[in-house]
Amino acid sequence: MTQRGPFLFFVALLFLGGLGTAGYRHESYYIPFLPGAQQTVWQVEARVEYLAQGGATQVYLTLPPEQTGFRLIGESSASSGFGFEISTQDRQRRAHWTKRHARGEQVLFYKLDLVQDPSHHVEPSPAGQPQPQTWDEPYQTAALQLLQAVTPVSADARSLAQQLSFQMNQSGANQNLSLLLDRYNRSELMASLMNEARVPARTVQVLELEDGRRRQGLRDLVQVWDDEAWQLFDASAGIVDDRQLLLWQTATPAVLEVLGGSRSRVTFSIISQSRPATTLIDQTPPGFAVSLYNLPIAEQSMFKLIMLLPVGALVVVVMRILVGLKTSGTFMPVLIALAFLQTELVPGVTSFVVVVAIGLMIRSYLSSLNLLLVSRIATLVVVVIGIITLFSLLSYQFGLMGGLTITFFPMIILAWTIERMSITWEEQGPREVAVQGGGSLLVAVLAFLVMDQPLARHLAFNFPELNLCVLALILLLGRYTGYRLLELHRFAVFNR
Amino acid sequence: MSNSSWIFPWDLARRGVLGMNRRNIAYIARYNSRSRYPLVDDKLRTKLVAQKARLNVPALLGVVRTQHENEALQNELANLSEFVIKPAQGSGGKGILVIVGRDGDAFVKSSGARISLNDVKRHVSNVLSGLHSLGGKQDVALVEALVKVSQQFSGVSHEGVPDIRIIVFRGYPVMGMLRLATHASDGKANLHQGAIGVGIDIGTGRSVAAVQNNRLLHQHPDTGADLDSLEVPGWKQMLNLAARCYEVTGLGYMGCDLVIDETQGPLLLEMNARPGLSIQIANNQGLVPRLKHVEQL
Repeated sequence: MTQRGPFLFFVALLFLGGLGTAGYRHESYYIPFLPGAQQTVWQVEARVEYLAQGGATQVYLTLPPEQTGFRLIGESSASSGFGFEISTQDRQRRAHWTKRHARGEQVLFYKLDLVQDPSHHVEPSPAGQPQPQTWDEPYQTAALQLLQAVTPVSADARSLAQQLSFQMNQSGANQNLSLLLDRYNRSELMASLMNEARVPARTVQVLELEDGRRRQGLRDLVQVWDDEAWQLFDASAGIVDDRQLLLWQTATPAVLEVLGGSRSRVTFSIISQSRPATTLIDQTPPGFAVSLYNLPIAEQSMFKLIMLLPVGALVVVVMRILVGLKTSGTFMPVLIALAFLQTELVPGVTSFVVVVAIGLMIRSYLSSLNLLLVSRIATLVVVVIGIITLFSLLSYQFGLMGGLTITFFPMIILAWTIERMSITWEEQGPREVAVQGGGSLLVAVLAFLVMDQPLARHLAFNFPELNLCVLALILLLGRYTGYRLLELHRFAVFNR
Repeated sequence: MSNSSWIFPWDLARRGVLGMNRRNIAYIARYNSRSRYPLVDDKLRTKLVAQKARLNVPALLGVVRTQHENEALQNELANLSEFVIKPAQGSGGKGILVIVGRDGDAFVKSSGARISLNDVKRHVSNVLSGLHSLGGKQDVALVEALVKVSQQFSGVSHEGVPDIRIIVFRGYPVMGMLRLATHASDGKANLHQGAIGVGIDIGTGRSVAAVQNNRLLHQHPDTGADLDSLEVPGWKQMLNLAARCYEVTGLGYMGCDLVIDETQGPLLLEMNARPGLSIQIANNQGLVPRLKHVEQL
């Protein structure tokens, strides 16, 4: 081929450039090549929104206390025009924003970096003797009777708590309990009852740590003191594994207090990153000045997906050039695979097949209406949205939460897929539809399986420069002149 | 590994079989200039260019360019009882409507089915909105004279007219194939839809081998015609016509689709800048040695 030398040189340059940069960053910044060989950093972003009324305004946000399992490595606040300080009172830390004049929508950010570190141990503050609260009648009697029923079948604080939460989930079983639940919420009631039984207990609010979650709220739980440590209980589910839970608020003051404003709320975004332990000791990591880690958390979540796209594209290139599979729409499978990443494989494939099948049925009616192309596609877009809405509502009704993730499918792409398959059906018969549809689905599933590998996810986000190597491979495959795998079948007649 | 359904790549290479990747890179990308594509992708332009160069083509009876013109289609078709409607930018034989006669107000398709004027209009409307066109682009519909099967070929093909595909490389015809519609292919001469491909010896115009769905056969499954002793009439003329296509389009690697009309002889139907590879199966020969030979000239 003409200019073969320069081309190969360029490809080699890209490949080595990608590998070299990755190697350099590994050596210099200790970013591990393998997932799991490092510590997890949770970045939690609290977003406070409220409507200021025009005068002086103050905002208090309760901050999580020092706790076992998590080490604080950095915190910051972004809030233009506000004064900011962190105050500590009785071991309770609070963020405090102040401003003389503020009117309208206000948004304040507080960002927290925590290392998940099981070896980090904080001595729990021992609980004092609980003060039984004063109950109104008839709640007093109901509470006492309930405790009399539960106490004999429990041995200690822990089993008492478990028995209580078990009772609370036997809906309608106990009249005393129903009466109490009318007045108090579950967590509150559980803590009060424990205190009534002279067991130290308190209601707390925790944040569930899960990578990529946005706009999360806090969850109400109960902490029970069982002689040496606080144990977390969910009033409706019993004992709780606290490794992925960040204790946010333990004392009485509300999580968010706003003076001079209204309609306030706080939501949390969470993202986890892998960083080598060495950079975690050093609080100012210079090497990350131009890295994806510095982007806002929501955008980082986005990039975790975007950086996987080249791998998916490579799968398509391999399947089409080396194998010779037919797909309906060149890169449609990658977009479908991306949706699978959100939905998980089986629900994803099921809902994809269902949507396309229903779409094809409706499309076959549309073809008798003699519509112009643009309005036919537009009709399909509306139909696809209708199917997806119906599917979500139905699956919610039947308690299949997996069905809700169907909204992650790219709807315009689905509409085009249905249109293209329908035309193929009319012109080349259902067999060709099965070949192309099956090919697309197969490529999508393969792309999903590759992109879903923890190693691929880790490398794509932490070493984005490796995409240069992917690019080099794609370029190289673009010049492949050998036979495709399926051609070895197609031309098998040459055996004769 | 004979008679199995797979073949080793080195066996394919030994037989000189051209694969899809190599065709795309070493021949199409190399010898076909992008700027020439519209000339063959748009059958209206092909026809005009061919007419200008005095190549024989089926007569152009009319062009429908807009939905508005489609409303008055009956005027256009008033005096016609036999015609073909096809999209200018259709691909793979899509969207071709063949009308072989009239029955009162109804039109008779080549299959014998009768359709109404409204059905014809709907077909044209689909063509205009790009249903059959590459990438769904807006298109125009051509109304062409119906080609009549020549005497020698009547009784060979099931429905429709047999057409002859000749691969022309840098102006030299290198491989030829006769394509016969079957019942299974619904009257279309498209090999992967079940049409029969009959390899034609490029020197003599006689049949070499015949395949349907990658299987050898000796008789047409619908007409029973003997496929081993076919001879294409006017073969020299056809080679000439195919070679001149190169001069008109400047495409180095192309497929020319020709038909033989009862009265007019060989006619150029269309040209293709990305001709398929099945022609090798019909000829039981790889293209590579012939292409290499031409490249050395």
